[in-house]
Amino acid sequence: MSDGSQTAAAAGTLLATSRRRRPSLARAARAGVPYALIAPVAAVIGAVLGYPVYWLVRLSTEQYGLFELIQHKGIPVGLRNFRSVLHDQVFWHTLLRTVVFTAVNVALTMVLGMAIALLLARVRTPVRVLLSSGLVLVWSMPVVVAVQVWYWMTNFENGVLNYALTKLHVGNYMQHDWYASTTSQLAMVTSLIVWGALPFVVITLYAGLAQVPGDLLEAAEVDGARSWMIFRDITLPILRPIILILTSLSIIWDFGVFTQPYLLIGQSRIGPANYLMSVYLFEEGYFKSDFGRGAAISILMLAIVAVLSVVYVRRMVRIGEATA
Amino acid sequence: MRRRRARRQLAWDAVGVAVFAVMVFPVFWMVTTAFKSNDEIVSLTPSWLPLHPTLQHFRDAMHRPYFWTDVKNSLVVVLASVSISIVLAFLAAVALARYRFGGRKAVVVLIIGIQMLPQAGLVIPLYVVLARYHESNALTGLVITYLTFVLPFCVWTLRGFLIGIPRELEEAAMVDGSTRLGVFLKILLPLMAPGLVATSVFAFITTWNEYIFARILLNDQSKQTITVWLSYFLGSSRHTDYGALMAASTLTAIPVVVFFLLVQRRIAFGLTAGAVRG
Repeated sequence: MSDGSQTAAAAGTLLATSRRRRPSLARAARAGVPYALIAPVAAVIGAVLGYPVYWLVRLSTEQYGLFELIQHKGIPVGLRNFRSVLHDQVFWHTLLRTVVFTAVNVALTMVLGMAIALLLARVRTPVRVLLSSGLVLVWSMPVVVAVQVWYWMTNFENGVLNYALTKLHVGNYMQHDWYASTTSQLAMVTSLIVWGALPFVVITLYAGLAQVPGDLLEAAEVDGARSWMIFRDITLPILRPIILILTSLSIIWDFGVFTQPYLLIGQSRIGPANYLMSVYLFEEGYFKSDFGRGAAISILMLAIVAVLSVVYVRRMVRIGEATA
Repeated sequence: MRRRRARRQLAWDAVGVAVFAVMVFPVFWMVTTAFKSNDEIVSLTPSWLPLHPTLQHFRDAMHRPYFWTDVKNSLVVVLASVSISIVLAFLAAVALARYRFGGRKAVVVLIIGIQMLPQAGLVIPLYVVLARYHESNALTGLVITYLTFVLPFCVWTLRGFLIGIPRELEEAAMVDGSTRLGVFLKILLPLMAPGLVATSVFAFITTWNEYIFARILLNDQSKQTITVWLSYFLGSSRHTDYGALMAASTLTAIPVVVFFLLVQRRIAFGLTAGAVRG
């Protein structure tokens, strides 16, 4: 479909150019049009992003605390901030924890997301409408709001989670404190993140499932293929590009996640034992007012995310080029 | 055989309803808690629905200091950053969707790449720069920082909508003697109206929900946005007023939920549209 309109458009442009030859001055002016259209955005982004990025690099090579902030002058220290961060055990532990955390979150999101998308294709229409509207409702919940709801549901005194687990005879969870150990804290954060991420993943995958030709599935069924074989050999290969994009997006988002861990674990319990990358950066750089060192951590983190983004950005650019 | 199939279908439907119940439960719990009396909330055996529905918690939440001030702040910041973004982004989107020019690919890479940056990574330099220009703790500073992610988002989404409008329409008008500006005003703009609305609303939602920049750049309680206000709701009090907390959460979520339901269909596949159509 996109091919057809593209060739038509190309033919249109060819016709247009051959029909009216413009004087060269007008042509030059016309060549400038896209640049003029881009200019405002480029200027604003250059100012609001370019300038801070320049400062980020500069800060990372300076000793810059509250005193320097007031003085408006940092003390150049070369690469000392980077050396300090890279020799910090906490940095490496945080990095490892964040990688594991990201892997668990992305895996859970993708597997559950795929399961619910397949379920959505199986149920009858009323249930499908019900489930998908529920998903859209969840999707629309602001993160800070969701954190407060989690906090209330999982509190140890009268949270509904402890009540439900006890009633369902999973064990005696009355007064169980979910925020007592690091693993449990991060598990709560994971449940919150996966819950919030599922709607987008499910709805996108479900849209992808519509691409799978129905007659192909029927033919396979007639041939006696088992349903998991059909899934593995037909559905999965067709969904591959979507899965790739969703997975890389989830990796990037979960690696840099801040609001959920910071607010759910809570300022009083945040510490080196449960740092994730963004929280570590916030605590070390902003909270301790060590902006130079914070800038060094930021640069390291941005570099990691840049590497993680390569797959996604390349794919999107290719798609963008193809559809323009 | 047929009966077995029917039973299986029933089982799938039951699983579907169960998944719905689990997913929606937190939202349900938030809203019902907001209407429950305090006795019901602190009770060790929770009731599913409010036995004696009350609006007291909503009144409490709205009478908390700075609620209305911070709602107003959020609105000011959101409206300013979204309206600036949408106008500038539309121009850039036209360039990206309708012209081929040198450096186009670099612009596309930048637009997509910027959206992938974790916001925490930019917090330190933004804070220092704004502090230097005495714009920290001011709403203008926040509007400026919001442009960093709202602008690229708007450019990319609007570009997607523009590509969906057949070029032939504009060309036909040009052949009929319209000027470029005429084409823009009479053809492109009306056709783009739904796209512009959807993009603005979605930008509105992301900005309204934003937390980390607002948390760092605004220190004064009277100058915070509603998400920061909500995150401080509990403060350090030992006796948590969960009823008021859930009422405040519901109030914060309502505008977002309403807007989201309006435009979700249009924007849902924006991030992956190309991949789905692949």
